Amino acid sequence: MDNKAYSNMLQINDLHASVEGKKILKGINLEVKAGEVHAIMGPNGSGKSTLASVIAGKEEFEVKKGSLALEGEDLEDLSPEERAHMGVFLSFQYPVEIPGVSVTNFMKTAINESRKAKGLEDMPANQMLKLIREKSELLEIDRKFLSRSLNEGFSGGEKKRNEIFQMAMLEPKLAILDETDSGLDIDALRIVANGVNKLRGKDNAIIVITHYQRLLEYIVPDFVHVLHDGKIVKSGSKNLALELEEKGYDWLKQETVV
Amino acid sequence: MAYTEEELKKELETKEYEYGFYTDIESETFPKGLSEEIVIAISKKKEEPEWMTEWRLEAFRVWQQMEEPEWANVTYKKPDFQDISYYSAPNKKPKYESLDEVDPELLATFEKLGISLEEQKKLAGVAVDIVMDSVSVATTFKKTLAEKGIIFCSISEAIQEHPELVKKYIGSVVPQKDNFYAALNSAVFSDGSFCYIPKGVRCPMELSTYFRINQAGTGQFERTLVIADEGSYVSYLEGCTAPSRDENQLHAAVVELIALDDAEIKYSTVQNWFPGDKEGKGGVFNFVTKRGLCEKNAKISWTQVETGSAVTWKYPSCVLKGDNSIGEFYSIAVTNNFQQADTGTKMVHLGKNTKSTIISKGISAGQSQNSYRGLVQVNSRAENARNFSQCDSLLMGNRCGAHTFPYIEAKNKTAQIEHEATTSKIGEDQIFYCNQRGIDTEKAIALIVNGFSKEVLNKLPMEFAVEAQKLLEISLEGSVG
Repeated sequence: MDNKAYSNMLQINDLHASVEGKKILKGINLEVKAGEVHAIMGPNGSGKSTLASVIAGKEEFEVKKGSLALEGEDLEDLSPEERAHMGVFLSFQYPVEIPGVSVTNFMKTAINESRKAKGLEDMPANQMLKLIREKSELLEIDRKFLSRSLNEGFSGGEKKRNEIFQMAMLEPKLAILDETDSGLDIDALRIVANGVNKLRGKDNAIIVITHYQRLLEYIVPDFVHVLHDGKIVKSGSKNLALELEEKGYDWLKQETVV
Repeated sequence: MAYTEEELKKELETKEYEYGFYTDIESETFPKGLSEEIVIAISKKKEEPEWMTEWRLEAFRVWQQMEEPEWANVTYKKPDFQDISYYSAPNKKPKYESLDEVDPELLATFEKLGISLEEQKKLAGVAVDIVMDSVSVATTFKKTLAEKGIIFCSISEAIQEHPELVKKYIGSVVPQKDNFYAALNSAVFSDGSFCYIPKGVRCPMELSTYFRINQAGTGQFERTLVIADEGSYVSYLEGCTAPSRDENQLHAAVVELIALDDAEIKYSTVQNWFPGDKEGKGGVFNFVTKRGLCEKNAKISWTQVETGSAVTWKYPSCVLKGDNSIGEFYSIAVTNNFQQADTGTKMVHLGKNTKSTIISKGISAGQSQNSYRGLVQVNSRAENARNFSQCDSLLMGNRCGAHTFPYIEAKNKTAQIEHEATTSKIGEDQIFYCNQRGIDTEKAIALIVNGFSKEVLNKLPMEFAVEAQKLLEISLEGSVG
């Protein structure tokens, strides 16, 4: 157990991954410690969403080389649900609809499946209700919303807020927010970012994937990494994000060529 | 283990040698084949009055002139009607002495369905010690029903005890000559249930619980007759979520419902007969005729969850004869592996201001074929008839099929008919989304399927709905790899 305390929350070494034979990640190195927020930025097609999917364990993505570990435990042979049980959470860029399954029912199932995997009994109903009440208040979610079918007919903002609500319910160790800001107006963005900030803690870590600096004004990262052509080409403090906003990505692309 | 067709044939053959027909009328099983003599013998065996025997014979004669229908979207090897034994007395001897002798696979399924140990024994055909509970419960039920004047018994008993009711209503909704299988059933039915609710009485309990305790096995040719007298109400549950591995391959039941003025009948079915093995061998052929008649202001709701049988051919229907009467059909049909289902409903609007609702959910997996076939018919005198139909299909994998055959005949221009249909597929994205939240693939499918079926599951009585939900999960186990 002590070993774990010293290991990184997430440790990625020289990660190469392909989808349908196409190389997308070409040697990623990344260390994320508990309590940290890392932002990953980069132009379209640089591999940001692929990295998120590979960490979550999506099957089509084939790890060709390298390793990834959560709290020192190798993830490679673990299924997506096993990774979820260990505390990996992915806020989807495009959350899917599941007609007829309410948000509450979905969360209840998810929580109890994770508990089952840990050898725990189902969460008692009163405790579940309390948790739902607490987290929906935290994220300013109208409780009527929770009895609607998962993502069915949700607006862009509702979908993203629902993702963060799920994150709050599941209390992951490592949360990856994949373009959570896309499709959000400024008010929705503020609510979502506030929610995420309330969930920041010394025992968990967050990776924020985004195109734009805008989100990072609200969720202030400890580190910023720039992904280009499947590699992290530059890392820095939150000021790097501002620099990118100003100069765009082209100067970095040129830098890599050199 | 499950019977294969071959074993079944062999068993029937040996039985024929075992018991000669004319020499031993007390035998458990009649020899194979169908003739007037057999029909008479069945009637005699059940000590029926002459009118009943005559009624059966009429049906038999009509049946002989009929041809097996071929319009359904199913393919199967037609049964040889002369190669079937038409009477088999309920086996009173238990098949096994203890649960240890029962197929463990079957027991595992019982376990998943959460069926109690005593009930497991009963269903698997194990000798049961006298279960004080069930007996006393049954007695209490009988008493409560009797106090209200409700008749609930086997159809054979009803023919003896309440001939005037049976004579008046049997065949009044599904005539003997209605169709090939209805005619066959009318000639040879050997078992089934009868229910009569007197005027103005609201049946105080779901008639299932009682049914389940009292009826150990189901017959091959069941006949059910439910009569709700004026202003009465009954909720009737048929079938059982536990898998029935019946030895009879062909099942041709007839169910007739009569809802007199202002009466309401809710009829719910959960069918889980042996669907054949993963290669599509064996399995029950289920060719059922179910129809209800609504008089003035009456209402009939059919709710069905169909997961079993190799071939299903079934259209619970409503004849909306009385003005302001209402017909409803809520259905979930699941097909997996090589199962084929052609199922739906007929709503016949005869009276004024009649309303019907059809909600059909088809789920296909494996290499199965699932068809919805429905008819909405509005008669010329049916002013202001309204129908709403919704047919949704859910596909799993890419080797199964879903088909919809809606027929609409409107002869009155005031009719309002709506039809909605959707087809969707369980997507890998949906599964991955669930996986990412810690829900494994099997559970994810169950969740998605339950969501898809929710509108219909909600129509089932609470206790049954929970079982049906589990049944859906089990039926689709292993269907996405």
